Formats: sequence, C-alpha cells, structure tokens
Amino acid sequence: MAYIHWVHGEDMIRTENLCKVFVSGFLMRKVPALTGLSMEVRKGEVFGFLGPNGAGKTTTLKILMGLIYPSSGKAWIMGRELGDVDVKRGVGFLPEHPYFYDYLTANEFLDFYGRLFGLGRADRRSRSAELLRQVGLERSGDVQLRKFSKGMLQRIGIAQALINDPELVVLDEPMSGLDPIGRKEVRDIIIGLKDKGKTVFFSTHILPDVEVICDRVAILVKGELRATGTVAELLGGMGAKAVEMTVEGLGEAETGVLSGLAANVMVRGRQTVLFFDDLDKAGQAKRLVCRGEGEIVSLIPHSPSLEDLFLKEVRKGEGA
Amino acid sequence: MKVYAIAVNTFKEVIRDKIFYSLVFFALLILGMSVIMSALTVGERAKIIEDLSLAGISIFGIIISIFVGIGLVSKELEKKTIYTIISKPIQRYEFLLGKYLGLALVLLAYISVMTLVFLVVLLLSTGVLGVGLLPAVLLIYVELLVVTAAALLFSTFSTPTLSATYTLALYIIGHLTSDLKGLAAKAGAESAKAVLEFLYYALPNLENFNIKGKVVHDVPVGAAYMFMAAGYGAFYVCALLLLAALIFQKRNFK
Ligand SMILES: Nc1ncnc2c1ncn2[C@@H]1O[C@H](COP(=O)(O)OP(=O)(O)O)[C@@H](O)[C@H]1O
Ligand SMILES: [Mg+2]
Repeated sequence: MAYIHWVHGEDMIRTENLCKVFVSGFLMRKVPALTGLSMEVRKGEVFGFLGPNGAGKTTTLKILMGLIYPSSGKAWIMGRELGDVDVKRGVGFLPEHPYFYDYLTANEFLDFYGRLFGLGRADRRSRSAELLRQVGLERSGDVQLRKFSKGMLQRIGIAQALINDPELVVLDEPMSGLDPIGRKEVRDIIIGLKDKGKTVFFSTHILPDVEVICDRVAILVKGELRATGTVAELLGGMGAKAVEMTVEGLGEAETGVLSGLAANVMVRGRQTVLFFDDLDKAGQAKRLVCRGEGEIVSLIPHSPSLEDLFLKEVRKGEGA
Repeated sequence: MKVYAIAVNTFKEVIRDKIFYSLVFFALLILGMSVIMSALTVGERAKIIEDLSLAGISIFGIIISIFVGIGLVSKELEKKTIYTIISKPIQRYEFLLGKYLGLALVLLAYISVMTLVFLVVLLLSTGVLGVGLLPAVLLIYVELLVVTAAALLFSTFSTPTLSATYTLALYIIGHLTSDLKGLAAKAGAESAKAVLEFLYYALPNLENFNIKGKVVHDVPVGAAYMFMAAGYGAFYVCALLLLAALIFQKRNFK
C-alpha cells in the first residue's frame, strides 16, 4: 500500500513536554500520570518503551493514538500533529490486554478492520490470509474469537494491527501474558517488521525481551523519562563492569584485606565469594591471592544488564 | 465505507446476541396472544388484534431501542474494543454514526419481520388485509429512531443504568408533553412555569408518531401529516446525534 506519510528526516513519533493529569473518583483527586515527556522515535528503529507498572506507558500510547487527550504538551506522528486522523493510515496499534469482538470469526474480524482502511475485497482477502499465516492462526480463520485462548487473541490482535501494512507499529505490552514460546514468536514478528523497514514502538515491563531486539529504549518511571538511548549507551553510563571472584584456602589476614576491597563478601563453606564493582580493585585482589596460600577457583566478569539499570532508575525515586 | 463497516459490524453484534432473540420471541408471543384475546373478547376481532399487535410491536421495539441503544457505545468502552477502532483512520463521529445506523438497521429488520408476521396472522385469522395499517408502522419506526438516538446520546456521557433511566424518562415524558403544556399553564410559580414550558418545547412530542388508534379505526391520515411527522423525527434524530458527536469527541477513553 502506498500510504507512506513519512516525510524524509521526520521522526516517526515525537513528543514535546507531554503531560497528563487524570482526575479520578468522587473526590476529583488529581493523578499525574505523565509529567513532561519529550522523546522521539526514528524511522526504521525498534524502540522499547520501558517502565514498571503504572509508569505511564499506556497513557502515552493512548495519547498518541487519539484515545485520550493530553493535559498539555504536543506530539507528532510522522510529522503530523495529533488529531490528524489521516496519518493513522500508516499506523498499526495493539492495545494492552486486548479484547475483541468475540462474536466474529477471525476472518470476519480481519475483514472488518480491512474495511476501516477502505481496502477492497480482494485486498482484504489476501491480506487476512497472509496475516493469519504470519501469526500462526491459518487454521482458525472460521473460528469465533470467543473460542480463542489468550495467546491466540494476542496474535489475532497483532494481525489486526498489521492489516494496513503500517509504517509505524505501536504495541502496548505485546508480550505480557504469553508463555516463553509466545514471547519468542512476538519477538520474531517484531524483528520481521524491522527487516521490512518498519518502525516498531512497543511498551513492556519484561526486560529480557528488550535487550536483544531494541535499537533504542526509554525508561519511564512515575510519568517521568529517566533515560533514553541505545542499550549500549545506557549501560555504558552504568560505570565499570563488576567481577565475581571465588577463592579457596585463604588465610585470615588475607580475608580481611580482601573484604576491604570487595563490595560484597559471601562465605560458602571453604570458599569465599567476593564481588568487586570495579576492575582495579579486582586486579589488586587477584595479585594478593596469587602471592599467598589461596587459590582462585573462578573469576566471572558481570556486565551490567538493562535490568540493573532499570532497577536503579526505579529505586532512585524511592530514595533507596 | 467506514461508517458502513461499523454499521454492519453492529448489526452482526446485535443479531448474534441472545437477548435480541428473546425480545423478538416475546414480541411474537404478543402477536399470538392477540389472536387468542380477540377470540375471548366481544367486539370486532380484527380491531383487537390490530390494537394489541401494533402496541406490542411498538413496545418491544422501544425496549430494543433503549436497552441495545445504551449498550452500543458503553460496551465498546467497557470491553475496550473501541481502542482498536479509534486508532484507525476514522473520525469519532463516523464511529458513532456507524453504531447508530447498525441498530437502525436491526430495528428495520425487526419491524419488517414483525409487521409481516402480524399481517399474515391478521389475514389468516380474520380475512382482513391490513395494509391500511402500514403508515402507523412507519411512524413507529420513526419513533424508534428518535428513541435510539436519545439512548446513544445519554450513553456518551453516563453509565448504562443512568442512560436507560434517562431514555425511559424521555420516552414517558415524550408521550405526555401535551400535559406538560397544561401543567405549565396551571403552575403557580413563574420558575416552574418556565421549566415546564422549556421541557415542552425541548423534548420531542412522541405522540406525533402515534397514529395507531387512527389507522385501526379507519380515521384517514394524510400524506402531509406523514411527511410532517417524519420530518419532525428526522430533526430530532439529527439534533440528538449532533449533540452525541460533540460530547463523544471530547471524551477520554479510560
Ligand atoms: N483513567 C484513569 N483514571 C485515573 N488514573 C489513571 C487512569 N489511567 C491511568 N491512571 C493512572 O496513571 C498512571 C499511569 O498508568 P498507565 O499509563 O496505565 O501505566 P503503565 O501502562 O506504564 O503501567 C497510574 O498511576 C494509573 O493509576
Ligand atoms: Mg500499561
């Protein structure tokens, strides 16, 4: 389909100081869900939008999709400001915990969404068949969605988001509620989209999925953007690598000195496990052990993971 | 095309719902009962069947309008199916219009089938060909369209229960508006008078769509009246839908 609205050089998504305050309940309590989010998603990248539950990820995606209105701030999709319905010709969206018209069969369901894009009958047919195959539901075309399992619903939901062959695919927690195989399948679909030059913007709180497939990520905590960049950039900022050293047969004096160097010490029977948070100290410790009676059993370098960064960012706000 | 797609989907949604069938079943039951009643009562058999059947078709139509109408939007919100619609290249008012037309289509199917059954029953049990009753059926349909638009409007800003209450109130008051005018004339306080007069002019006078008694008793209803009544209904439908669209446009979908 030739619905490419992307203007060369434009970001696929750009937000500027986006804020959302929910007014909730009888007492009209104000819940700030998003406080000044500014970020951009570039063409062709897989962008992971990370954050713990309640961080404001869904709120952001709902604003971008025109489901709710921001309290203040602006956003653009493919260079067009929010409110331009036409730009959605090039966008696909999978909501969180999707729920669908369960009285429709999978074929009717995809046909319906195809009509919303004004696709002709032949297009709808071929596109539906192709998508059902792509998400592994080719044998369930005539089954009503009420008979679908949760994993199948998630997959038909992804198919629905791709019916218009979108340039920009926005997925809200596409892996939540799926088993490891289902998650792998979703990952493969995302990678497949990237290979076709599509841009994928997805939210998740499941981190292991992210490192492998994301070109860039953003970490959102309590409605605030804490970090954004490539995984390598973010982890580079985490400081030196950590080292875990296991030694045996240490004298008491040596143990004392080593404990002073290490960030953390654990005694396991005859063995002592030492954690160092910088390479210099680990080197010093290694020389010390070699000069004495002790023996190094293992030496394992630990690169900081996205999970470490994530936890660090989440804890920052809690003063822990 | 998009509006049509939503309308067809809504049609399927209602048609595949068990509740719809039980309502249709009860409406058919009334038709059957009218025949039995007519056999038990003194009077003109045909007129009794006509009276009861038209009333039954109208009442069950109203029940469908109200109870399906209030769910059109709220179900989509509650199940969050609306998320996948609004994220497509479709205006919110197009969605709303599609939902409305979908139910209008269901009501058209309902009233056509019921009328057909009714006319056949009437013909078989009394030998009367009731085509003269069709204008009444037509205006019943117009009334259903007005009530559905009201149900849709209320459901864009309130809960299903409240929407049902409001729509029901509108239906009842809509049939009593001439009394409102009388009350206004008698009201002591100026403010009460103003409120009653406002209601009289703002609310649709649903009695305008009620020519059941006339057609049953062969009182002629002119084409001019039919056009006036249909135009009056169309005006209210447009006004109610416009208001619904304005409110719906501003909503945040939770
Ligand atoms: N409709 C709503 N009314 C009131 N508060 C809301 C509403 N939706 C979300 N929130 C609040 O906004 C915050 C962000 O929610 P959400 O965007 O769903 O987070 P996430 O998707 O990252 O888990 C949460 O504190 C949530 O309780
Ligand atoms: Mg969420």
